[in-house]
Amino acid sequence: MSIKVRYFASLKERIGRSEDELSVGAPMSVRQIWRQLNPELAMPESVLAAVNMEYVELDSLVEDGGELAFFPPVTGG
Amino acid sequence: MEIRLSEQDFNPWQAIQDHQAGQRQLVGKYGATGVFVGTMRDFNQNDGVLSMYLEHYPGMTERQLQRIVEEAKHQWRILDCLVVHRVGEVFPDDVLVLVAVWSAQRGDAFDASRFIMENLKSRAPFWKKETLVSGLQRWVEKNSDGYRPVSGY
Repeated sequence: MSIKVRYFASLKERIGRSEDELSVGAPMSVRQIWRQLNPELAMPESVLAAVNMEYVELDSLVEDGGELAFFPPVTGG
Repeated sequence: MEIRLSEQDFNPWQAIQDHQAGQRQLVGKYGATGVFVGTMRDFNQNDGVLSMYLEHYPGMTERQLQRIVEEAKHQWRILDCLVVHRVGEVFPDDVLVLVAVWSAQRGDAFDASRFIMENLKSRAPFWKKETLVSGLQRWVEKNSDGYRPVSGY
C-alpha cells in the first residue's frame, strides 16, 4: 500500500521536501502519517490537510493510493 | 461560468468584456454585474514589497474555486460568473484576482461576488511569498480580515 504525501509553501521549505511516498500496511490517520514522516518536527497547529484534493480533519484515515497534502493557512486573493 | 488561473498579467476589464461577448444567454437578462478586482500593493505590514510569488496546488485550487462558485449558485440567483486568479511571479499594480457575477438584480450580484471573494480567501489553496525592498523573502502567514460586514443599508 502506498500513499503520496505532498507539502506546500512555507511548510515545504521548512521540511526541505515537496513529496514523500509512504508504504503502509493498513489505513493511517493524517496525524499518524505526519508523525511517521516527520518524527523530528511537531505538526504545526495551523496546518491544513487535504486528501485527494478535499479538506479533511487531522484524524481522518487515508486510504491506499490516496494523495495527502499538508499546507499552511491559505493566503490567496 | 468560467474559472481559470493565469500565469500571465491580465487586464480584468478586457477579461470581463471577452467573457461576456461569448455569453449570448445574458443578452437582455442581466441587470447587474458585481465586479471585484484585487490588486497587488507595494507595501505590507509596514514594509515595502518588490514582488510576490503566488504558489498554488494544481488541481485542488481549481476544484475548490469550482465548489465555491457552485455554493454561490445555490444561494443566489446568478446568471453567470467569471473568476480569474493569478499564479506565479507578480508585481505591484498587477491584478491578483477578478470576480465578476452577473444577475438580474444588484443584491445577488453584490452578495454572491462578496461570498466568492471571502471564501476564496479562506479556502482556495494559494500562498503568497513576498520579496521585500530590503531583499528579504517571507511567506504571508495569514490574510488580513479585509472587511467588516456592512449593516444598515
